Amino acid sequence: MNDIPQAKPDTREVVLAARNVAKSYGSVHALKGVNFDIHRGQVTTLFGENGAGKSTLMKILSGVIQPTTGKILLDGQPVSFHSSSHAQALGISIIHQELSLATNMNVRDNIFLGREIRTPSAVDYAEEERLTRLLLEELEEDIDPLTPVEELRLGQQQIVEIARALSVKSRILIMDEPTSALSATEVEVLFKVIRDLTSRGVSIVYISHHLEEALTITDHAVVLRDGNMTAYAPRAEIDLEWIVRNMVGENFDLGSPPEGYDFGAPALSIQNLTVMDEAGAGFAVVDNLSLDIKAGEIVCIYGLMGAGRTELMETVAGRLSKAGGAIRLHGHEVSHLTIAQRIESGLCLVPEDRQRDGLVQTMSVGQNLSLASIRNFTRGLFTSRKDESRLIDDTIRDVTVKTDGGGAAIGSLSGGNQQKVVIGKMLATHPTVIMLDEPSRGIDIGAKAEVFRLLAERARDGLAVLYSTSEVSECLSIAHRIIVMHKGHISAEFGPDATKEQIMAASGESVAA
Amino acid sequence: MSALSSSSKSSRSGLFGEGFDLGRLLLEGRAFFALIAIIVIFSMLSPFYFSVSNFLTMSSHVAIFGFLAIGMLLVILNGGIDLSVGSTLGLCGVVAGWLMQGITVEGAGVILYPPVWAVVVLTLALGAAVGAVNGVLIAYFKVPAFVATLGVMYVARGVALLMTNGLTFNNLAGKADLGNTGFDWLGFNRIANVPIGVIILAVLAVAAGLMLSRSAFGRWLYASGGNARAAELSGVPVKRVQIAVYMMSGVCAAIAGLVLSSQLTSAGPTAGTTYELTAIAAVVIGGAALTGGRGTIRGTMLGAFVIGFLSDGLVIIGVSAYWQTVFTGAVIVLAVLLNSIQYKAKPKKS
Repeated sequence: MNDIPQAKPDTREVVLAARNVAKSYGSVHALKGVNFDIHRGQVTTLFGENGAGKSTLMKILSGVIQPTTGKILLDGQPVSFHSSSHAQALGISIIHQELSLATNMNVRDNIFLGREIRTPSAVDYAEEERLTRLLLEELEEDIDPLTPVEELRLGQQQIVEIARALSVKSRILIMDEPTSALSATEVEVLFKVIRDLTSRGVSIVYISHHLEEALTITDHAVVLRDGNMTAYAPRAEIDLEWIVRNMVGENFDLGSPPEGYDFGAPALSIQNLTVMDEAGAGFAVVDNLSLDIKAGEIVCIYGLMGAGRTELMETVAGRLSKAGGAIRLHGHEVSHLTIAQRIESGLCLVPEDRQRDGLVQTMSVGQNLSLASIRNFTRGLFTSRKDESRLIDDTIRDVTVKTDGGGAAIGSLSGGNQQKVVIGKMLATHPTVIMLDEPSRGIDIGAKAEVFRLLAERARDGLAVLYSTSEVSECLSIAHRIIVMHKGHISAEFGPDATKEQIMAASGESVAA
Repeated sequence: MSALSSSSKSSRSGLFGEGFDLGRLLLEGRAFFALIAIIVIFSMLSPFYFSVSNFLTMSSHVAIFGFLAIGMLLVILNGGIDLSVGSTLGLCGVVAGWLMQGITVEGAGVILYPPVWAVVVLTLALGAAVGAVNGVLIAYFKVPAFVATLGVMYVARGVALLMTNGLTFNNLAGKADLGNTGFDWLGFNRIANVPIGVIILAVLAVAAGLMLSRSAFGRWLYASGGNARAAELSGVPVKRVQIAVYMMSGVCAAIAGLVLSSQLTSAGPTAGTTYELTAIAAVVIGGAALTGGRGTIRGTMLGAFVIGFLSDGLVIIGVSAYWQTVFTGAVIVLAVLLNSIQYKAKPKKS
């Protein structure tokens, strides 16, 4: 049976379809009119960079959020999901990228959370346990159903999450990055389960950054870019290069490395830095890493989730403590300094998650902008309003924040402008080294280009810039040097003339074998 | 005096045009209109309510809760809670009374009678120390604020009871020949007919308002209450701010303890029981968010006056004390209800 649809997949029945679906958050268009088909008993893989709209589309299809415009057809009939439980009742379930387990409870209770099997008087724990055992056997994972989830390693937790989705017996199962924490053997087992499910008529929607891995399982490939569907093809007609080309785009210009000046002395020098994982599991998330950045130089760190980029930057900024090695700023060791002292000596970090780490939502745009440099306009006991409003106005102009003024609520800004506020806040401290962790995360292409142009201008004035990204196209923009990180190490280093394929290969992304 | 304080309090929100934020105006206006309504209603119900002397008397009652509420506001803005202020008030009152009785130094066989200013300084230092214990437990030992201050609440009350064996110090007047008279000045004297307690409250409110609106520390306090992680990464010394905030709350409680025992001319170990709840109520009625980062001194002062003028009004028109409790509770619930409607209406972030 399986051979025929491989050749002519489009003849298979479409069970769930999105027609012209769009989603906007304020002025940010996450999804701009996408058509998307899910075929019965087949795997459809969604490819796209971060912020391309994959997760937004999946959330719409699983009822987590409602589309701004457009229609969803289930078995050809228009439907609108009120909630994810409504979608689940109609046979659609989703495995989220972020684990949603109650870690204090055991595996059995997590799998049946909210759907407990009841006897007339209590919960039928024996039956739940039996079914849990069956599910875990199917996934070939040797986990006792009574183990608390917090005692499982991340990969096993992901298996539990998958088991929970399987236990619902859905017709359509959406998997958002299900393999990010799995070992190679676990991935194989998962793929066997997926094939088994599809042979029983279950449709799978699959999202993964591991392109080659995804190619081995998929029947259709759909590529999203900046909220648009850029390509759609059955498995037989595509290869890795096709995916990358459509993901990244042909004429994708995020600027080029600033030229025509010489780099200065090394501004930031990291030597043999080792950082242990925060949970205390005893492995190094940054492992004996050395890196020098000169004044005026722009260095990009590329790597997958969990490669250790965030930990590296947060350690240099002073948020995490190191297990070994040295961090020197203009030749002076800074490891013993507090975050505030490091900012004062010219080293600052623009964190990855601007909602959680970058902005104070209860304060205005202006108060957010001036927060890090408040010492600069404090005269005696009090702050100088004149100096502060000058600083705020200057920064708003410098980093081109689109706002009604410093008094506007921070929540009224678009994602890109919020990001510019976080960057502007740090630039207002007059740093000599700035680190930006995924500065382009969740902002649209225009704002990305503006952020990069801003960094390039500052580098020309002697600022040392270190930014991380998980999008290859952003490595090949303003960076003079591209560092690829993999499992806490630098696995490769490239100049600005590297190709996308080279960089991706070095990150362990496409070389699954 | 009150004109001066209100003008300087209102200037706090001017810098970024917060004062022009319609929602914020409504929020603060709410407590203000409630206060006006209370005054109008009770003035109609009782001929004695609407008079300067009654307002001043009621204000000196409000002052006790007002001190606690200022300290509580700082803590709540920072994202915490301080349940220990009532007990700290009691403990500080008892210690002040104990110092006024004279300290017997066993070895030397003498009794020391510290002058009133020294009693005040030592009592304030004690309040700061209690606050520092709270702050260190919360900032460095990661004890949840609710639990840490609950524990300190019990300990402080217990120490106060131990010190007096459950009895009350009644003689706070001091003796002229010992040079320690004048403790009753805090509770009884008036300047231009305004009770000292009310003047201290006004000064403290202005100072706290200026600190919140104009100093770097105030900005740090708001920022670490709004988002501690972001504040820390922006170089805010989050832990030091936290400890300082609890110390300030302890000092406010000590001031309240001094003024209260002076007003009562006695220092009892059970003074201030459940006052922490009244202080929290004043802060909440004043529009501050218990999640931290939002709230003003002006609102909190209005909240304290709403509670004080309401309960005194009920006493004046002769309503049973049990009904007073019901009314106060209803006002608090209504205030929180309006707060949550207000904050829900804020634009949602994407």
